[in-house]
Amino acid sequence: MHELPVINSILKVVLKHAIDNKVKKVVAVYLQVGELSDLEDKWMQQYFDYLAKGGVAEGALLKIERTPVVMKCTDCGLSYVVDIKQDKVMVCPECGSKKNTLISGRGYFVKNLEAI
Amino acid sequence: MSDEIRLIEVKEDIIADNDALAKKIREDLRKEKTFLMNLMASPGAGKTSLVIQTIRNLKEKLRIGVMEADIDSMVDAEKVAKEGVAAIQIRTGGFCHMDATMVKSGLDAMDTENLDLVILENVGNLVCPAEFETGAIKNVMILSVPEGDDKPLKYPLMFSVCHALVINKTDFLALSDFDVEKCRERVLKLNPDIQIFEVSCKTGEGVEQWVQWLYDEVKAL
Repeated sequence: MHELPVINSILKVVLKHAIDNKVKKVVAVYLQVGELSDLEDKWMQQYFDYLAKGGVAEGALLKIERTPVVMKCTDCGLSYVVDIKQDKVMVCPECGSKKNTLISGRGYFVKNLEAI
Repeated sequence: MSDEIRLIEVKEDIIADNDALAKKIREDLRKEKTFLMNLMASPGAGKTSLVIQTIRNLKEKLRIGVMEADIDSMVDAEKVAKEGVAAIQIRTGGFCHMDATMVKSGLDAMDTENLDLVILENVGNLVCPAEFETGAIKNVMILSVPEGDDKPLKYPLMFSVCHALVINKTDFLALSDFDVEKCRERVLKLNPDIQIFEVSCKTGEGVEQWVQWLYDEVKAL
């Protein structure tokens, strides 16, 4: 159920561009999903299939690329990638500071569509 | 028209529209000097209990309004209204979170100009509310002791987007293997700037520190 509103927003974007480009059928949707997202690829596809039924995006394949979590060090300004699944403290590899802000790794970005 | 597959460039962020409206809400509220707090937690973590404790401690000092979001009931708004503050209920109609559009319609229905603090009690859920900005000045979450100290590992985004964490039901600690220090460590790893409060809404322990923080934040707006 949590997937529904997210997938619905993705579908809206897909349909808007499909209609603007007068496509007959959307074959694939290239998505970038942040690693902080809890949504699983398999379920995203299932919800997409359910919501897209009867429209030009019916049957389209979601090609999902995970974007890594990137932090920016508050003290020295270095950007670095972190493995969020590891249970350890995030430390700047350059200066050792633990202060940081998230610069990417959340959100959903529709990159492009493959369509006929 | 040929049937060849073509590539159509989209480049759209689906959270962008919501974020833009949330930003507008936040700017408008700052002008009015109304502090919107977005309170998030799992079902049963104690959101309504914390709201009630907060009202009891602050209603003499601040003009408070409450926006209760629920999938399909009026129970929470009725409880809160008994505390003598303005309360509205938003039925999300199956939606598992509040987005900026829903918050905007709720705020429009409240006399926000004459309120210092509006508490948005979001839908009980640790997933989607973290994804959708509401326009709140501060995000606050509750983690209750019976839920376990591993939740920061399971719902990292929620712990990353909050300015304060209230660990509720500390009266349960003696019966549980919840490790407060381990939990703090996990949360601070995700979010080094977060404020953490240990509270029991039932006994009232720790409520004072939480309320003082919130009061100071409202006054600093």
